[in-house]
Amino acid sequence: MGLVESGKVPKPLSTLLNMSRKYSLWVYQWGLACCAIEMGAAFGSPRYDVMRLGVIPLPASPRQADLVVISGTVTDKMAPSVRRLYEQMPDPKYVISMGSCANCGGPYWDSYSVTKGVDQIVPVDVYVPGCPPRPEALLEGIVMLQERIQNEDMGERWRGEPIVID
Amino acid sequence: MTVTERQQLSYIAAQAADARVNLEIETEGMTLNIGPQHPATHGTLRIVAKLDGEQVVSADPVMGYMHRGYEKLAEVRTYPQVTTLINRIDWLGSFANEVPFILAAERLMGIEAPPRAQWIRTILFELSRIANITLFLGDMAVQVGAITPVFFAFRDREHVLNQIEAATGGRFHPNFDRIGGLKDDLPAGWVAETRQAMRKIRGFCDEIEELVQGNEIFQARTRGIGVIPPDVGLSYGLSGANIRASGVDWDVRRDSPCGLVHDQVDWKVWTHPDGDSFARFWVRLQETREATRIVDQLLDDIPPGPIMAKVPVIIKVPAGEAYVETENPLGVMGYYVVSKGDLNPFRVKIRSASFSNVSITPWLLKGVYVPDIITILGSLYFILGDIDR
Repeated sequence: MGLVESGKVPKPLSTLLNMSRKYSLWVYQWGLACCAIEMGAAFGSPRYDVMRLGVIPLPASPRQADLVVISGTVTDKMAPSVRRLYEQMPDPKYVISMGSCANCGGPYWDSYSVTKGVDQIVPVDVYVPGCPPRPEALLEGIVMLQERIQNEDMGERWRGEPIVID
Repeated sequence: MTVTERQQLSYIAAQAADARVNLEIETEGMTLNIGPQHPATHGTLRIVAKLDGEQVVSADPVMGYMHRGYEKLAEVRTYPQVTTLINRIDWLGSFANEVPFILAAERLMGIEAPPRAQWIRTILFELSRIANITLFLGDMAVQVGAITPVFFAFRDREHVLNQIEAATGGRFHPNFDRIGGLKDDLPAGWVAETRQAMRKIRGFCDEIEELVQGNEIFQARTRGIGVIPPDVGLSYGLSGANIRASGVDWDVRRDSPCGLVHDQVDWKVWTHPDGDSFARFWVRLQETREATRIVDQLLDDIPPGPIMAKVPVIIKVPAGEAYVETENPLGVMGYYVVSKGDLNPFRVKIRSASFSNVSITPWLLKGVYVPDIITILGSLYFILGDIDR
């Protein structure tokens, strides 16, 4: 993909590639705490079937995943593992931070052992608020991420530059 | 096989792995790291297993990946704020977590909740038990390789969550219990809808009984696997369905009730003599059915009256100590609250069931085969927030 690396992707090609990427997201479920169950309800239950959005929630390893949903409290002991997981994923990769704990520490904002926000460790694309967020909220977050993927310039993303959204 | 024989065997296996005495088929020792993120551990438990071939020589649980410092945080929160935190200890049966703490605070203040509040409390307590254990019933099948039952579990769990949400406003973390009563009364039509949900849960139990419990593969994977003798279980402090599956007839709801009205209804404590993984599954399945029966009977005659006792606006708990324990979905959960007469507790010690339940794993996993680790961990059914707190 020399075109992509040089950053000169023709618009129709970029649109087509982005559309195919956004509807084939493989999600790695990094369930840590309470939110993991709501994530399970969103991904595994018949009521909130996520596959209709073009999301496949069962990769065998982070090495096969495009998107990781970090759901739940990240403690200082867990933080190195989260970072390592993120580094194992192939580019381009996306992160959804689910729940107040992963966003900012949540109810444990003054705890001595909780990392206040997973964005201190890995870059986060979409924050889903709530404690825990309802499954619909997570689906909304995924739809927002898909919109972002549709509109992004692949050259920038694949060169690892941070994306700015107004 | 008795306990001593088992210990001797595992000792011999350890010796063999260390000294490599078996020269004919020399097997290299291997360390298998399970977790900290593994589906069988319901969160972030890490198990470091030393293997000799396919057999486990020693298995050490490494905890603390979900340690959030509840006991320290409770010291800087006021009493009503503490329930917000402790909801999240056992995140599948949240309402059940609030009850013992509130009861301890009420005991210190000398307040008793009005009868109506006690009944609704007990109903929600049992509903959270059902919400908790239905997920186990589906999840246990995943541990032995069947994916489908967990979808059924998530489907039917929604019926209970809907009822909890309708009454409390929260699907997961209701934060509904107050010192001296409850936040709100039940909404209109709730009783009839809950009855319907209970019917659906009983249907789910029948389905699981046929689909999972009667399954030949499931029985082969769980019968005789991970046997806990009653004396060993008691010495490790096991509680809840794990110890009842070993034949110990002990249920705090019946034996030392406090504040909840389980003594007003007709129900049964289920035990199983085997103590293996299958027995633990069986006991939990029966308990779910029994919980629906308890809820049905309680719904029949909820007493009228207020739902809140007379409580001062600013809650100051008089100096003293109180320990209250209840039979939570995972086992016995107790709160030891020490008050110095302030707005916030001086010290809260949380006795959570999973911490004791998981402490038996080094003993239990010794000598088992690698695939059985997953089955045994699944059948012990712990929740990481409940272990690490």
